[in-house]
Amino acid sequence: MADKNGFFDLSKTTLSRRTALKGIAAGAGLALAPGFVRYSQAQSSAPIRIGFQSHRTGIGAAYGRWYEKTSAAAVKAINDAGGIGGRKVELVIEDDGTDPARGAEVVNKFAKQHKTDIVFGTLFSHVVIGSAPAAGENKIPYFVVSEGHHVASTKLNRYVFQPGITDVKSQIQSMAPWIAANAGKKVTQIFPDFAFGYDHRDYLPPALKAQGADVIAQIAIPPTESSFTKYFPQIPAETDVIYHVMVGPAVLTFVKELGEFYGSQRPQLFGFMDSLEAVDINSPGLEFLDGSHFWEGSPRYAQPDDSAAQKAYRAAVGIDDNGAAVGDPKDISTASHMFGCWETLYVVKKAMEDAGYKGPEDRAKLVEATEALKEFAEGPEHPQGPKTFNGKIHQCFGIQNISKVEGGKLKVVHKTKIEDGLYEPEGDYTKQAL
Amino acid sequence: MPGRAERGALGTCLRVMHFGPHLLLAALEGLVTSAVLALTALGLSLVFGVMRIVNVAHGEFFMLGAVLAWAVSTAISGHPAIGFAAALVIAPLLVGLVAFLAEWLVLRRLNYNPESTIVATIGMLYIIQQLALTFYGPEARPVEPPFSYRILLPWFGYSGYKLSVVAASAILLVITWLVLTRTKIGLIMRATQYDRETAQAFGIPVERVYAGVFAIGAMLAAIAAVLIVPISQAHYLMGQDPLLLSFIVVIIGGLGSLRGTVVAAVLIGLSDGIISMFFSPTLAKIIATLVVAMVLVFRPQGLFGTAPR
Repeated sequence: MADKNGFFDLSKTTLSRRTALKGIAAGAGLALAPGFVRYSQAQSSAPIRIGFQSHRTGIGAAYGRWYEKTSAAAVKAINDAGGIGGRKVELVIEDDGTDPARGAEVVNKFAKQHKTDIVFGTLFSHVVIGSAPAAGENKIPYFVVSEGHHVASTKLNRYVFQPGITDVKSQIQSMAPWIAANAGKKVTQIFPDFAFGYDHRDYLPPALKAQGADVIAQIAIPPTESSFTKYFPQIPAETDVIYHVMVGPAVLTFVKELGEFYGSQRPQLFGFMDSLEAVDINSPGLEFLDGSHFWEGSPRYAQPDDSAAQKAYRAAVGIDDNGAAVGDPKDISTASHMFGCWETLYVVKKAMEDAGYKGPEDRAKLVEATEALKEFAEGPEHPQGPKTFNGKIHQCFGIQNISKVEGGKLKVVHKTKIEDGLYEPEGDYTKQAL
Repeated sequence: MPGRAERGALGTCLRVMHFGPHLLLAALEGLVTSAVLALTALGLSLVFGVMRIVNVAHGEFFMLGAVLAWAVSTAISGHPAIGFAAALVIAPLLVGLVAFLAEWLVLRRLNYNPESTIVATIGMLYIIQQLALTFYGPEARPVEPPFSYRILLPWFGYSGYKLSVVAASAILLVITWLVLTRTKIGLIMRATQYDRETAQAFGIPVERVYAGVFAIGAMLAAIAAVLIVPISQAHYLMGQDPLLLSFIVVIIGGLGSLRGTVVAAVLIGLSDGIISMFFSPTLAKIIATLVVAMVLVFRPQGLFGTAPR
């Protein structure tokens, strides 16, 4: 478009050098004046910014949405109670596409561009493993809510923590006695063919062996698979228990096809709730699950003996007694995992306050303060239950729930103890340089 | 005490069912894959055959069909069969409409230039996928099958609905074949495919034929998706696999050949079912891709395609 009136022609402006100088001087004066800077004492009252690496898209999207909801609720609760060390908390969200390469980019972006104080919130283990080196290079604390054993294995680095959810090795170890005693001795495992599944593949056989039971077959299924019947003939006929843990958008198909294959003549089923997270257990075709058992991190359905803290947590996040979004009974939450976001944010609050955290220059102090934590009492900050924390392996330990499907609901029938899930540390992060 | 003995078989696949039933299950699974694949690939093949356009967005029309099937079946209450029947009619029509608009707004403006349309359909792929993510969301949502009859075989159970998908697909393929070979519309389409300019000279409204063919191609993918959605849920990324497999089928069968498409779909579907059951799903994909490479080297026009004139 032609600039007929010369609005954009700089040569015609009447701005003199003197006027320009005056303007610059006035601007500089304003910027220097106390009170103009939004947070006058630099970082002491600026919000604490938490980079949230979210699975908004890709195979983890259903989890990502609920992780965001839970984290937003926790941040609101923390802010309403005065924030962290008197400073407000703010979430900066970036989508990682549930992809490890993208995950590492997101961590770099948080560290270099957004300059967030920490990175938080990752679930899928391959994304955590792919992103951890970037967190180490940037020396930015990385609090994951992933459930995998990779943090506790001490194979990542000193900046990676998992203080809000237990790891698979501990979960399996604490539940193996129950499986061997109540479900059966000959176990066939079905698991996703990537890092998280390998934790199950590697730790279930020794845990069951210790209880006099055996894994007689292991079936790995690619996480992007969309049909499953073709894998079922690999299940040995003498199987007492099928131990299943699947992830991704096709979990419902997996369970449905298992039902079609076996009907009521099925072996016992013991599943990780991952196989049905964000899926209604009353979906058509899942009737055969009645009477089967599931591991639950935190129960999906409200239980008669729920603590006041558990009730308050459910109300704050916005889930009803059936674990669905309040107002939308079809929108099923990922209750077994998302409580970890809530609890991790409270651990971050505690560690930051202990460290006297001021800003990114105190990240090393924050790492040490987190490592110094020992236990988290059950209560509004830790509604899932009490936990201990091992600063050497950056991993918390807590209780597990075993629930039975009964009348279209999940009823907790057994709770493990913290001690059931403890194991010898495989290394020591605190010996690594900061 | 059982379980004290070391089990050497751990980690390897134990073969438990006898060979016969095992093969039967593999073949059944393969047939279901073939049936859905044949319909989807036929749409792709038709669009290429008549319009000479490689439609990279074809998988997204498939996804759109599944997502709309979910929307329609949830909007209609009552017996699941009613919702499913409505979805089977409404979803493909809506997808056809979207394709018709896309053809009119995009492909026509590019004069059906082969290179430009590839880029344009890649763009359409992303637009449709992201719109689905925005408005439908990232969840996988189930559609209730119209009936849930479980066929009880002596060795294992099998979904009766899955078998009905094979039958429905076979019927639809026969109808498509009849339309193409026995009706005036089919004649016009074949004439346009054979020689666009001569057809135009004989008064065939080529642009309208193109718009119609593009819509029908998308509708075939949508119908396939509605059939499959009670088995595997609607998800915004579900279009990727069918697109890849459709290309494999169409390359092996010969672009634009109906017979080749169906034969190749059955071949790929059955081999996928059988190889992935007896060996591994990864091997099945490797072999399918290898076959494509071989066909491209030794018979570039495909098994049933005609060499370019």
